[in-house]
Amino acid sequence: MKRKSAYPYWFVLPAAVVFVTLFLVPTVASFWFSLTRWDLFEAEFIGLENYRQFFREPFLIQGLFNTLIYAFVTSGAKTVLGLLLAVLLTGGIWFQGFLRSVVFFPVLVSTIGVGITFAALMHPTRGVINLGLAQIGIDGPAWLSDPTLALYSVALIDIWKGVGLATLIYIAGLAAISPDYYEASRIDGATRWQQFWRVTVPLVRPATVTVVTLSLISGLRSFDVIWATTRGGPGFSSDVLASVIYKQYQAGFYGLSTAGNVILFLLIALIILPMTWWFNKREIDL
Amino acid sequence: MSLRRDAARQRNIGIAALLVATVIFILPFLYIFFMAVKTKQEAALFLFDWPDQWQFWQNLTDVVKTRNYMLLLAYFNSTVITVGAVTLLVIFGAMVGYVLQRRPSGWNKLIYACILIGLMVPPAVVPTIWVLQGLGLFKTLHGMVLIQVAYGLAFSVLLYRSFIATIPRDLDEAAIIDGARPWQVFFRVILPLLKPVTVTLIVVQSITIFNDFTNPLYYLPGKENVTVQLTLFNFQSQFQSQFNLLFMNILLVTIPPLLVFVFFNRQIVAGMTAGAVKG
Repeated sequence: MKRKSAYPYWFVLPAAVVFVTLFLVPTVASFWFSLTRWDLFEAEFIGLENYRQFFREPFLIQGLFNTLIYAFVTSGAKTVLGLLLAVLLTGGIWFQGFLRSVVFFPVLVSTIGVGITFAALMHPTRGVINLGLAQIGIDGPAWLSDPTLALYSVALIDIWKGVGLATLIYIAGLAAISPDYYEASRIDGATRWQQFWRVTVPLVRPATVTVVTLSLISGLRSFDVIWATTRGGPGFSSDVLASVIYKQYQAGFYGLSTAGNVILFLLIALIILPMTWWFNKREIDL
Repeated sequence: MSLRRDAARQRNIGIAALLVATVIFILPFLYIFFMAVKTKQEAALFLFDWPDQWQFWQNLTDVVKTRNYMLLLAYFNSTVITVGAVTLLVIFGAMVGYVLQRRPSGWNKLIYACILIGLMVPPAVVPTIWVLQGLGLFKTLHGMVLIQVAYGLAFSVLLYRSFIATIPRDLDEAAIIDGARPWQVFFRVILPLLKPVTVTLIVVQSITIFNDFTNPLYYLPGKENVTVQLTLFNFQSQFQSQFNLLFMNILLVTIPPLLVFVFFNRQIVAGMTAGAVKG
């Protein structure tokens, strides 16, 4: 007689029901609905028309490119700044604990609140940032209302809010490196600069993988900060896929909105999956 | 000699870092606070200065009373959603993590695939609304709770799975020999032992769900369903000329995470850095 396992599969059931119904079913259904003209009740099959429209409209294509720019700028900056801050905040300087808290706190704050605050701080003529720059003789730019700059200004706010998480992950990663490596390299006469490149950077790799992956995924999906500051404007200059999806949904183009969702999904998969594979492959080489 | 030079260096770098961090990270919060206590006319200037006139209580009561006490309703709704979703995430997440860690089988690959999908794939918004409508859950608080559970499960399962690996199997086996049934082993023996990681999960997920803006925006429209983050968004257009009230509202939604941060700093750090070392 086969004994019943002490770890029955019905334990998985409640979670599976919720996840399948509210996550997997909509995800699978999105592929079908993206091929239709849809009003939530009736869906009329129109083939690839939504995708064709997506790649025909210049502002939709711009949204796609903006998504990539935004994700790579924010992710790159968070990774580099996060590592530098973590090195600084593990070196035993004064106020170290307090500084860690200060850098990390914005991560926990409402994104909408941060967005509204920075929209006021970045006001072209009355904003504190430009008034401050004027004090030292710099003519500040129009930040969020300059079409060529808006996307990067939003990215800057995102970096301000998110760099604390990268720093925190790097601090945990640095703590896992044995001090012996630093001791040995110091005896061999390595400078601090050499230690950073030859010891810290290679050995903190697991943290780098986490930071890059997390920040890229959240950057590609980013919506809150953009919506709280520019709503994709001026014009469509700071629109990203997530804001396009919302705008098309608001306008009642459900099929087109869903096509945007599928494109975002494919974009994330095309970037993240090869990257994860590459990171794992390198792990074996080491 | 060199020790003293090192100490001076640590002090100088520390002071320099503190100055830079104050300008970049602390002043924006001070700005929120000053704006929140100013008069309407003074706040409209957007300046960063000491308020001429402090009207903390008046602004506070004004913002609470706006649109027939909408903010209180929003706090209620957000609390219901957060508490409901986090409770389910703890129980469901721990149950899956337990079976996943204890019972190796072909199914585990499928579960891991679902976790990867859950962490990576952006939710398909309009099809989700379609499913919610079909189930009668669209524009309901319990629908919103289940959405947050669906979106938070992957992280919860991963967090629990790695923690359960540190709990010896002997404990389960001892309980089984004593005649406990599987659900008794889990709820009476295992779940209490998971307390440290449960606290971490509660703190991290509460903040995430309380701060969530996008999902209530899509799945919970209607002014009776308003959540805290959405009041901010609604007031943004209403308070075009009353920035003092808008910033008072920002101050009010910033205080809960600040309190949580002060009391649960360690748990937040543990939750946010899970997986950073192992990769």
